[in-house]
Amino acid sequence: MSVDLATVKRVARLARIAVSEEEAERMTGELNGILGFVEQLSEVNVDGIEPMTSVTPMEMKKREDIVMDGDKAADIVANAPNSDRDFFLVPKVVE
Amino acid sequence: MTDLTSLTIAEARAKLSAREITAAELTDAYLTAIEAANETINAYVAVTPEKAREMAKASDARIAAGKAGALEGIPLGIKDLFGTEGVHTQACSHILDGFKPRYESTVTQNLWNDGAVMLGKLNMDEFAMGSSNETSYYGPVKNPWRAKGSNLDLVPGGSSGGSAAAVAAHLCAGATATDTGGSIRQPAAFTGTVGIKPTYGRCSRWGIVAFASSLDQAGPIARDVRDAAILLKSMASVDPKDTTSVDLPVPDYEAAIGQSIKGMRIGIPKEYRVDGMPEEIESLWQQGVAWLKEAGAEIVEISLPHTKYALPAYYIVAPAEASSNLARYDGVRYGLRVDGKDIIDMYEKTRAAGFGQEVKRRIMIGTYVLSAGYYDAYYLRAQKVRTLIKRDFELAFQAGVDAILTPATPSSAFGIADEDLAADPVKMYLNDIFTVTVNMAGLPGIAVPGGLDHKGLPLGLQLIGRPFEEETLFKTAYVIEQAAGRFTPAKWW
Repeated sequence: MSVDLATVKRVARLARIAVSEEEAERMTGELNGILGFVEQLSEVNVDGIEPMTSVTPMEMKKREDIVMDGDKAADIVANAPNSDRDFFLVPKVVE
Repeated sequence: MTDLTSLTIAEARAKLSAREITAAELTDAYLTAIEAANETINAYVAVTPEKAREMAKASDARIAAGKAGALEGIPLGIKDLFGTEGVHTQACSHILDGFKPRYESTVTQNLWNDGAVMLGKLNMDEFAMGSSNETSYYGPVKNPWRAKGSNLDLVPGGSSGGSAAAVAAHLCAGATATDTGGSIRQPAAFTGTVGIKPTYGRCSRWGIVAFASSLDQAGPIARDVRDAAILLKSMASVDPKDTTSVDLPVPDYEAAIGQSIKGMRIGIPKEYRVDGMPEEIESLWQQGVAWLKEAGAEIVEISLPHTKYALPAYYIVAPAEASSNLARYDGVRYGLRVDGKDIIDMYEKTRAAGFGQEVKRRIMIGTYVLSAGYYDAYYLRAQKVRTLIKRDFELAFQAGVDAILTPATPSSAFGIADEDLAADPVKMYLNDIFTVTVNMAGLPGIAVPGGLDHKGLPLGLQLIGRPFEEETLFKTAYVIEQAAGRFTPAKWW
């Protein structure tokens, strides 16, 4: 399988990365190089093989459903580029 | 007095406990060395001298009080991927500009609990994506090794290039690193140092910037096998904050050093003899076989038939997980923000400016293979192939193989800004051909120096073990180290 320029632009949109025309063209070549490389997986017979979900057979650990941590609003917004009274500030989302 | 930075961790530990040296002196010696060398080597992206001196002072007080920890007063460098409270943590990316976490990663907290001293944060490929340390926002790291009679700058490997270079150039006593496809073992091989990627689940991933969560593991890079064992003992733990942390006690890895390997069965996988592999790599491998045989191990030829599919499967699984993990960098909660005409425009401009080319490439691949209609053909198939890769190893271990010996890399260190590699991303990916299988199967793997090539550059051997049998790797690697010797670059910087 290979990608064309329109697909690369659509994927960039999905990934929320702005790309220029020139970058999209360069990426098309690079992505096709990588997709061509991974193409060899199609020759492996995977009939009846379970997809791996965990490298170590183990049961997922679960915490008790109790409050252990919290009340750290100041810590959480400390690294925000723009915040006000423990809120993250973003451009207007709804009209 | 000898140069304190030439001491291994074990040697420094002995001198500190005998009160021959102080932690403050040891830390000062490293800070002086960093100040003189870092402009050239570029191993550190942030040095923390005040914090280091404060920690060393506290170490001296604990030693005086007879309360020394396992790493008391030992100065370490920390890869920029580990969250360190109040200290530069940017995964060497522009998008995390100014990020200083309000928490400490479990692995680094374990080190500080044992008395270690932090010298600063180490350079790496951006988000650990790379095999040469050239994708760092902070520029490439120079390998302390140069070819005989050459002054060409070489890469230290990657992604833990800063860690490997700092250890080789004696700019820290040891370093933390992480390994998703070979990022501990390949730079260790390129710099004549020892690096171990433990079994998935041995070191907590909590507080480490995520790249590909099902593959990422932390481990140490050190000057010799004993130091690597000492560091891993402190880094590893059972951590309730990481659901993939495994509930097994951490053994005393150092106790394995010097144990006999007589009667051990070492597997030699024929699939690791790849086309175009330099003759020197093959002869190094044979030399490794001879050393282990001499030490009483039994050598058996084994087959790992799905080896060649590990790298292509990795380049689906790792980018897929990365595209999901890196979705959090949106210009809202931390790091860089580039304003836009609306919120989507702000996201797109922030991510376009904040991520480097290699990171964008992998996010794009990951987004594509997970997109509607392609999931089964790519991601699901890659995860099935991964099951087969793991099964190959399981069958070898069931047949009585205790450890597997392979070369660590298909070449020695290459030049910075190599044109061939820059032109073709896949060529760069092939650096991880011998190491990536181990991540795909979640196994432990260690890289140990085996010798120098005709250019005088270090080459490494890799040992792969059964899950949670790091002790087997340490004792076997020590046999190789005893036979091969240790390798230190001639100082030119």
